[in-house]
Amino acid sequence: MAKVVVITSGKGGVGKTTTAASFATGIASLGHKTVVIDFDVGLRNLDLVMGCERRVVYDLVNVIKKEAKLHQALIKDKRVDGLYVLPASQTRDKDALDLEGVGEVIEELKKKFEFIICDSPAGIERGAQLAMYFADEALVVTNPEVSSVRDSDRVLGLLDAKTYRAENNLEPIKCHLLLTRYNVKQVKKGEMLSVDDVLELLGIPFLGVIPESKYVLSASNAGTPVVLDDANEAGQGYLDVVSRFLGEDRPHRFLEEKKGFFKRLFGAN
Amino acid sequence: MMALFDIFRRTRMKSAAIAKDRLQIIVARERSTTRQAPWYLPQLQQELLQVIAKYEHIDVETVTVNLDTTDGAEVLELNIVLPEDSAPIRAPVIEMTSYPA
Ligand SMILES: Nc1ncnc2c1ncn2[C@@H]1O[C@H](COP(=O)(O)OP(=O)(O)OP(=O)(O)O)[C@@H](O)[C@H]1O
Ligand SMILES: [Mg+2]
Repeated sequence: MAKVVVITSGKGGVGKTTTAASFATGIASLGHKTVVIDFDVGLRNLDLVMGCERRVVYDLVNVIKKEAKLHQALIKDKRVDGLYVLPASQTRDKDALDLEGVGEVIEELKKKFEFIICDSPAGIERGAQLAMYFADEALVVTNPEVSSVRDSDRVLGLLDAKTYRAENNLEPIKCHLLLTRYNVKQVKKGEMLSVDDVLELLGIPFLGVIPESKYVLSASNAGTPVVLDDANEAGQGYLDVVSRFLGEDRPHRFLEEKKGFFKRLFGAN
Repeated sequence: MMALFDIFRRTRMKSAAIAKDRLQIIVARERSTTRQAPWYLPQLQQELLQVIAKYEHIDVETVTVNLDTTDGAEVLELNIVLPEDSAPIRAPVIEMTSYPA
């Protein structure tokens, strides 16, 4: 059975697109046929993070308006087998998407893919609700910061109420917490909310942390999902998250400070 | 100069702890308004307030009543912030009213 996973957050700029790109790429690299859809109509940038912006011909809106066939709009990734991108359009018309059209596209994708990853736009309005509507599971991307946690809580309320599963009394959407841009040093100093704080506030299962890392920017500069570089912590964090999502039991990393040279030398803590 | 700096430091709470406190209040408040609360909650809040006001000077704004669901059990939480100089009203004011039997 194909699984629809929405990457959502409420608050903007917390790392949804970065996560959607790396999560989809990671799942596909483990041999699962995966498509990642950009729902951010008017502000598309998943294609940039995935590095396929020059190959966009048709987009989600063209498919919904029947101006193009689905297979014409799907972009095959050149690095990972079985990975496809369905870009958003740059149209300014926010109402270009409708529930019925999105439902049809997702039904058709379910026949061909194991995982359908939906990159949600920011906010809790129509665009975000369309992206989450058909989801089976949700990755709630949160930064350890007050406004992001508050928005995540509101998004959890929507996932519980305004989705296909909720409206049809099916089993509720399975929500996972993904804490991104985590800075252990600041947490240790009491300057940043910890994993435990956020878990206690939001009360959903914990999928993992992605450390704050300069490699995220360099990866997006290059158009390479950061998960493909497993030499940096953000990439490793995403790989862990993907494996955990697929059912593997992996210990959590990046929750403790790395010991510097002097600390190692003197055994200080 | 030093002393001033010390006072500043002493009274400063770690900012993450402040963030968590604030979030606990915001999140609880928003959940009680957006998620379905029982119809009687506002009325319950009013009546509880009236009872407490008999014994303590309280500010209506500082009272919150929340209904939370944790592990399937519903918890009714009542939060009252008493003013700093709160002194209980010494003797309860009892109005002597006689009712016909
Ligand atoms: N773990 C991280 N470490 C450092 N920078 C990060 C990390 N995750 C994301 N960023 C940076 O944060 C910015 C926003 O990321 P991204 O575009 O993924 O967020 P978004 O939630 O999709 O934003 P929007 O709501 O606008 O769609 C980008 O510049 C990205 O490089
Ligand atoms: Mg985005």
